[in-house]
Amino acid sequence: MLTRAERRRGIGWGLLSLTGIALFVGVAIVALLSWDAGNAQSRLFTPYTWRILRFTLLQAVLSTLLSVLFALPVALALARRPSFPGRLWIVRLMALPMGLPVLIGALGLIGIWGRQGVMNSLLLKLGLEQPVSIYGLSGILLAHVFFNLPLAARLLLAALERLPAEYWLLSSSLGMKPFSVFRFIEWPAARHVIPGIAGLIFMLCATSFTLVLVLGGGPAATTLEVAIYQSLRFDFDPPRAIALSLLQIGITALILIAISLLPAPDDAGITAGRATRRFDGRTLPARLWDVLAILLATTFLILPLASIVGAGVQANLWSLVNSPAFLRAAWTSFTIALSAGLLAVLTSLAIIAGRGAIADMKRPGGTARAFSVSLGGTSSLVLLVPPVVLGTGWFLMLRPFGDVARFAPALVAIINMLMALPFAMRVLAPAVETHRKRTARLSASLGLSGFSRAWRIDLPVLAKPLLTALSFAMALSLGDLGAVALFGSSDLTTLPWLVYSRLSSYRANDADGLALILGIICLGLTMIGTTGQREAKHG
Amino acid sequence: MRSTILSILAAAAALSLSAPAEAQEKTLTVYTYESFISDWGPGPKVKETFEKTCACKLNFVGVADGVALLTRLKLEGKSTDADIALGLDTNLISEAKATGLFEPHGLDASAAKVPGNYSDDTFIPYDYGHFAVVYDTQAIKNPPKSLKELVEGDPAQKIAIEDPRTSTPGLGLLLWVKSVYGDKAPEAWAKLRKRVLTVTPGWSEAYGLFTKGEVPMVFSYTTSPAYHMVEEKTDRYQAASFTEGHYIQIEVAGMLKGTGDKDLAKQFLKFMVSPAFQDVIPTTNWMMPAAKTSEPLPDAFNKLVQPAKTFLMGSDEVARNRQAWIDEWLTAMSMN
Repeated sequence: MLTRAERRRGIGWGLLSLTGIALFVGVAIVALLSWDAGNAQSRLFTPYTWRILRFTLLQAVLSTLLSVLFALPVALALARRPSFPGRLWIVRLMALPMGLPVLIGALGLIGIWGRQGVMNSLLLKLGLEQPVSIYGLSGILLAHVFFNLPLAARLLLAALERLPAEYWLLSSSLGMKPFSVFRFIEWPAARHVIPGIAGLIFMLCATSFTLVLVLGGGPAATTLEVAIYQSLRFDFDPPRAIALSLLQIGITALILIAISLLPAPDDAGITAGRATRRFDGRTLPARLWDVLAILLATTFLILPLASIVGAGVQANLWSLVNSPAFLRAAWTSFTIALSAGLLAVLTSLAIIAGRGAIADMKRPGGTARAFSVSLGGTSSLVLLVPPVVLGTGWFLMLRPFGDVARFAPALVAIINMLMALPFAMRVLAPAVETHRKRTARLSASLGLSGFSRAWRIDLPVLAKPLLTALSFAMALSLGDLGAVALFGSSDLTTLPWLVYSRLSSYRANDADGLALILGIICLGLTMIGTTGQREAKHG
Repeated sequence: MRSTILSILAAAAALSLSAPAEAQEKTLTVYTYESFISDWGPGPKVKETFEKTCACKLNFVGVADGVALLTRLKLEGKSTDADIALGLDTNLISEAKATGLFEPHGLDASAAKVPGNYSDDTFIPYDYGHFAVVYDTQAIKNPPKSLKELVEGDPAQKIAIEDPRTSTPGLGLLLWVKSVYGDKAPEAWAKLRKRVLTVTPGWSEAYGLFTKGEVPMVFSYTTSPAYHMVEEKTDRYQAASFTEGHYIQIEVAGMLKGTGDKDLAKQFLKFMVSPAFQDVIPTTNWMMPAAKTSEPLPDAFNKLVQPAKTFLMGSDEVARNRQAWIDEWLTAMSMN
């Protein structure tokens, strides 16, 4: 389908992004490895290391299972009820936890599920004694489900919405019972995307840091990520940090490789979906079940957010927003988030172009296939290299060239870009691929290529997924604290950093207020990213 | 693509770092921790007062905390821009000296007086605080009166503590328990573990849980209640006085070998123990001043717990044993 030049260009883009990412990660690791650690005590594999490795995997597996398990009925219910009141807002709401800074999410969860929280007081009144503990394993699981159930539900919903309308027509004319509909239509569609979703969530949970540290309750429940952070932050023992990172990468990469061979789930259906009429689920029990599933999930999501709002409005929001510190931090955050977002989108497009070019080959050789797989893997592999490792490595690298503070914003932006890449890819890849399939012949027959094709044919259709990916990446970057933590200085204060700094000056009230403002900004971004859905539904 | 990326990066860097044109006067660069230079911290006032006396520009660079500060210096090595490092605590001093980056100040630092008469040829103390269990009087009527009571008390009454691997208060508690219990520390931790609601990475998270009412006790400082009394006019939060005595955190500053202007650096260290600097500390850093202030401290400070005994381990001992003691703590805390 592609011309020879286009294919070459695609492979070129792919190679470029692959080398770029590999270089960025590689340089950091080499810089750390070549650091003269002197008499650093590199005790790599103590029994404790194995213990936290076991716990890391255990909590990640459980979190993943629970998130997907609970997301399935919610996605099925939402797919069955296209005109559920407030459905659009529920779907938007589900994009919010991803972009929410983890510390803020944790505080919100504590407000609801904590010892003084709404839920426990309620259950206490019902005669149960301290029924839910948010600390320890149960707390970590609860929080991970809060952050990942919505993600899983959105991706599942997208898969379900892509089912052709004819399926529903056919199932209805065959008089299929709900169980048969599930077995022959819904489940195959879900099964197709579940491995990819599970893989993504597994990685997010395996590398979870702040959440595990705040809610974990202590050393009994802690992850490898904490050990890596500590060996750099406190001991400054780069060889140990690298060894632990390699251990983390090695184990999770095995899972990733398995996943990269499976089809990637995508978020495209939500934006590109057309109206489908469903004929099933009209009985009263079915309706009640769906309403229950949607309401429970929505309540579960909305309560911690409401708790953030509740705490936030008690601060003097107006003077916070007008303070020079806030304006400076907001500007810094915005600049970094925009750079990271644009970079993530551009890199995703380059990777997609590379993979597209390989897919287009009639008989791709082994090298080409390996290249395609590594392109797919690279976009996710970066999730596994802790930001603190990347940051420290680059700090060492750039130090001889002058004040690192000058490079810090760019570094933070790149690290944030890497963190957002897997999500941007999941939004863009299917959208671009579908679009290419539809328009390849047309463009060829019109003789359009390069810039004019991008402008006239691609942009109008791809604008929405591009915007979704951009806003998603920006929200992720806005909420990030990890990358900034190393460079964080008076020159580089972001909004989450400001929240921390207020907390450490006893200004908990201000911190609550700032958290609320940050949450609102993230909500705004997700709204931008999901605009046009209403139109699409009615289109 | 490459050029697009580069231009975006360049734009990003330029946008967020439109630094003002450098003035031609002398500058003194002080590395410190973030909360020191926040709007509420001592930084802004210190800068204003010092610049009036020195015909120079005082340039603060803030990193997360004392530990991050040391890590930053290790990362930068000899090429560091810092003239002064302000905000290490005595537990970190041996490690800081081992970097070979610091130079003895050669000043008469007798103006600085801290409990235990700590003094050092390289680092000068500028404030101190005793670690303490701070409790919510509305939730706890009978606070523990000793470390022993804390360890052996009702496990239903929880405390939030900090992780000694990632924070200085966490390390402080570890050393406190070690000072009191010695070889029996693992047993003490195994008991205390049942009272610990959660171990947080830093002081902020733990104190946040405390002020939210999530936990009735938190590991903090004897001076923490002063903040609530002065700024919030409430006596609700109090520190528990422990009969064995309290472990102390002494915050210090030192001069770096690579400083371009030793006289200016020394001038700052002298200024640091003068009333002009010390006046600012109590109600901005919420720690005890290490030298004379021009006015008596606010009344709230007289109501604070006055420890009968002060624990402080030598920094060599801490540096030698920290890893082993942390391992001990990890083992005791992760037993099921």
